[in-house]
Amino acid sequence: MLYLIEQCLNGIQLGMLLFLLAAGLTLIFGIMDLVNLAHGSLYMLGAYFAATFVGLTDSFLAGIALGLVATLVAGMVMELIAIRPLYGRDHLDHVLGTFGLLIFFNELVRLVWGPAGLTISLPSEMLTAVQVLPGVYYPLYRLVIIMATLAVALLLYLLVMRTRIGMLIRAGASNREMVGALGVNIKLLYTLVFGLGAALAGFAGMMQAPLAFVQIGMGENILILAFVVIIIGGIGSIRGAFVAAVVVGLIDTMGRAFLPDLVRHFVSYSAGSSAGPALSSMLIYALMAAVLVFRPEGLFPATGK
Amino acid sequence: MSDRLTARNVFVAALLALLVLLPAYTHATGNTFIMTLFTRIVILAIAAVSLNLIMGFGGMVSFGHAAYLGIGGYVVGILAKEGINAGLVQWPLALLLSGLFALGVGALSLRTRGVYFIMITLAFAQVVYYVANGLDRYGGDDGLTIQARSQFGGLIDLSNRTLFYYLCLALLLATVYLVWRMVNSRFGLVIQGARSNDRRMRAIGFPTFRYKLVCFVIAGVLCGLSGVLLANHTNFISPALMHWTRSGDLIVMAVLGGMGTVFGPVIGAIALLVLEETLPHLIGLGSYLVTGKEVAAAKEYWQLILGPMLLLVVLFARGGIDGILARLRRD
Repeated sequence: MLYLIEQCLNGIQLGMLLFLLAAGLTLIFGIMDLVNLAHGSLYMLGAYFAATFVGLTDSFLAGIALGLVATLVAGMVMELIAIRPLYGRDHLDHVLGTFGLLIFFNELVRLVWGPAGLTISLPSEMLTAVQVLPGVYYPLYRLVIIMATLAVALLLYLLVMRTRIGMLIRAGASNREMVGALGVNIKLLYTLVFGLGAALAGFAGMMQAPLAFVQIGMGENILILAFVVIIIGGIGSIRGAFVAAVVVGLIDTMGRAFLPDLVRHFVSYSAGSSAGPALSSMLIYALMAAVLVFRPEGLFPATGK
Repeated sequence: MSDRLTARNVFVAALLALLVLLPAYTHATGNTFIMTLFTRIVILAIAAVSLNLIMGFGGMVSFGHAAYLGIGGYVVGILAKEGINAGLVQWPLALLLSGLFALGVGALSLRTRGVYFIMITLAFAQVVYYVANGLDRYGGDDGLTIQARSQFGGLIDLSNRTLFYYLCLALLLATVYLVWRMVNSRFGLVIQGARSNDRRMRAIGFPTFRYKLVCFVIAGVLCGLSGVLLANHTNFISPALMHWTRSGDLIVMAVLGGMGTVFGPVIGAIALLVLEETLPHLIGLGSYLVTGKEVAAAKEYWQLILGPMLLLVVLFARGGIDGILARLRRD
């Protein structure tokens, strides 16, 4: 039972990370109609920036804040130079062009930070475990991730639904020509949205960094998962991305935790250990395939398109 | 006849001559590295040509094409591990399974279009990738070494480098010929019609779904063949064979060479893989010219050049290399 609750929380925590990535991806996708394979590179850049700044400032929070700003700027520069010419092209061009960017960023990171990975160490007060339920202890830092992401999700919701810039973003998603004709600087708006998406991805990368290793290509596998999330949730829908992210996070974590035992009932012990993770990964893609077959627009299709 | 002598045709003919004469060169110089490289190029060119059939002519952008490389390769590897080396068992079974997988994937994914299609094909390829990772008996994520190449009862010896190269080349040319015949047939015209306007094709009475599905399966089988050859070439299979970036590489080959032309992907495969081998040296040379001495470190970062190059091809050379050649007029 304890184990179940702990795995549940782990699943939600993974879901939160996926949401951060998927929210940026789905915004960029819904508004600029752009498939961005280099989104995982921004996740990676965020982690590298944070690792560098935490090392320089000796403060976790300052490092994260500086890292966020750096990722935001990197995202906007990337949009200005490389992404802008891709708008309005077909999706194949996006896939190919941003695939090129992904190769470029992996190599750039190797050039700047070297092939060995980095680590971010947590401040000591984050290293404790807290009692979430009577008798159930859970690492504080993972709870911080969940809380911080929920706060970001709320802010994002308020930004998109309750502010003027959010209104422009939504308007730009449904009819970009009309918004442009009304005198809104649509190019600037796109750059801002891309920067926002970059910052969200970078935030996910730097939150995950203390739990894992900061390394080249770290964004690639999670990017594919984030794509699955936005497909399940419905492209362009932040709400859909949130629900789908939690579902995918839970399936992945629960599958890894419990499927090996289940499989071992049928096959040998070692075969179960290796088949378990493979099965849980397959479960996610099977879910996506099922969603696409029965609800091709995703679970929460964005309205007004 | 003179209008046949365009820059493009001359280039293609020269390329073919090069491919055919390559073993003579390597025999004369004893340079087996080039032979290995070009065997690999020819094999991956088959995969790129097959991808181009659905992507360039049918408008179906499959981001999971490497799955068939994996299926073809794993059938050969698994059967070899279980002691079945007969090529006449391995090869047809690999092609059959590739075709069945394509049938399943196609039947589900062809209901969607656009970016959904890209992502669902990617998802199915990832499933196969994870299955391969979970195959403990066959190496899991470490991969599996194949002890013996496919046997054809003394008829043809695949461990003979030159013979194997010519077999791959012959299969590539057969694939190109097949695709060329197909896209110029009634079947191919329906496929191309469905790419430009699916609804109109259905309105005049073509069940485009079935046509596209058949096309998808044919492409899967051809790519499965490429996987069979690749496993025989490297004597090794691993899930990396179908990592999603490999599917990206295949798309790059097709687009770089020239999508929607039959021979373009072959040019693209040669261009990409030769570039991968030579870019480090070119950068080394460049650093020598600039600084007066060769900077060894500069060589390592050749992908820093390759990435932006892809972006530039997308932005400024839509037709790929073939498109550039087609635009060159003979004076």
